[in-house]
Amino acid sequence: MDATLITLPASDPISIRRHSLATRLWHWVNAVAIFILIGSGLGISNAHPRLYWGRYGANFDAAWATLPRFPAWITIPQSYNLAISRRWHLFFAMVLAFGLLGYMVASLINRHFQRDLRLRAKDLSPAHLVADVRAHLQFRFHDEAHPGAYNPLQKLSYAGVVFVALPLVILTGVALSPGMNAAWPWVLELFGGRQSARSIHFIAMAAITLFVVVHLVLVILAGWRRALWSMISGRWRVPGTMEDARAETPAGAAAARDLSPDNGAHNTRAAGVADDARAGGIGR
Amino acid sequence: MIGRRGLIGAMAGGGAGLLLSGCDRVIAQPQVRDIIFRGEDMQRGLQRALMDRDALAPEFSADQRSPYFRTNGTRDPGTAAYNALRAGRFADWRLQVDGLVARPLSLSLPNLGQFAQRAQITRHDCVEGWSAIGKWQGPKLGDVLQQAGVRARARYVVFTCADLYGGAPYYESVDMVDAFHPQTILAWALNDRFLDVGHGAPCRLRVERQLGYKHAKYLMRVTAVDSLAGIGKGRGGYWEDNVDYDWYAGI
Repeated sequence: MDATLITLPASDPISIRRHSLATRLWHWVNAVAIFILIGSGLGISNAHPRLYWGRYGANFDAAWATLPRFPAWITIPQSYNLAISRRWHLFFAMVLAFGLLGYMVASLINRHFQRDLRLRAKDLSPAHLVADVRAHLQFRFHDEAHPGAYNPLQKLSYAGVVFVALPLVILTGVALSPGMNAAWPWVLELFGGRQSARSIHFIAMAAITLFVVVHLVLVILAGWRRALWSMISGRWRVPGTMEDARAETPAGAAAARDLSPDNGAHNTRAAGVADDARAGGIGR
Repeated sequence: MIGRRGLIGAMAGGGAGLLLSGCDRVIAQPQVRDIIFRGEDMQRGLQRALMDRDALAPEFSADQRSPYFRTNGTRDPGTAAYNALRAGRFADWRLQVDGLVARPLSLSLPNLGQFAQRAQITRHDCVEGWSAIGKWQGPKLGDVLQQAGVRARARYVVFTCADLYGGAPYYESVDMVDAFHPQTILAWALNDRFLDVGHGAPCRLRVERQLGYKHAKYLMRVTAVDSLAGIGKGRGGYWEDNVDYDWYAGI
């Protein structure tokens, strides 16, 4: 029998367009910026590891927090150097701020915000949230009927970081600049003084760090290979589709083979899917 | 699967450590260092574009002052020359105003008092992160430069101090925008008293839209120049020359 190849449908049903170019570009630029900003910021913190509320604050004033000395392995540069930490920090602060601005404009134009991140009343109903928490605890991260849609916790955390934590860390950063205090005194007033802004800057950084850690853990649990690839290519192979499910069990793989009039040709693909599912498809 | 997850976690942690130390190797490359250090010019350009030339730093009320204004940097120059001035309660101290000026000046403390005075309650921000609020008084640097007849081709004002760092006097510099800013004063009083030695007696610079290391203490000489090249290592200040601090310290 001739080895005739099957042709896949024009629109591949198991893969969806998930991330626009703007989202992907910003994601990676931002990932680098946040990584460098946290490392260099912890280096700057070591210069005066005390946090105050109000307009002034120095060694003889009451601090609400005394931070630990951050060890060399999490600071940039590794050995204490305030000047170089500041050079890194202030350069990538501009990458963060203008990157977020560009991403926000692009996401309003391509309707990513309105389509994917808009929280609806039903997203926030207690029953819905409880159900979503339960689904997360069971490592179920996708609504099988709408695999491309973000779940409520996802929307809340992305909206929280994009619309609250990142603007907050940027604005409090602006409030720390004596030059910008002269240019935009309202920013300083918004936070009730420079030392309050410095404290909130640190708290917002901690919230962003928490987001990054949870984000990375969930990416790993939900299948880091397909998530990573989707943030590079924009295409996301939907977990839990027929073919994916079949490929994971021997019976499923056999069933998948049965779909094809030509076992040999289809099998190549199914085996590839099975490998991928074993490697990364633990999040179902 | 757990083993794999643990492995991925360990790889992520190890990867982060490698990336962080990678930053040190990356910035050791002269080209990368040039780009990162260009951030200072970007910040200065952006801030100057966003602010009026004479936009004022916030001023505060008397009850918003720090109860205790800490000192930093040199707390006492301790040189023989400075000790002699201090013993005479700075009666023999003179501030030289020279360089690109039509009429070099030599100003005593009473001379400084004869200029129109400006008093301002402002916040002092150390590069390390702390802030203190205090009341400063003195003549505007712009008025002093005008009296000396500063020339049009002057682009910077250099401040030379009585305290020594590594055997050379501490120095700093600002451009003409900050030199003629209404809050840039040659302060001889802090909180209604003569400056004490810790805060820069008898006279220090206040340049309120920049960080503390720009506010040179123990002033001896104010020089108008058209270039910072040839002064110190040419980068406009002790910290700029020796530890890569930004010359523009507006952030």
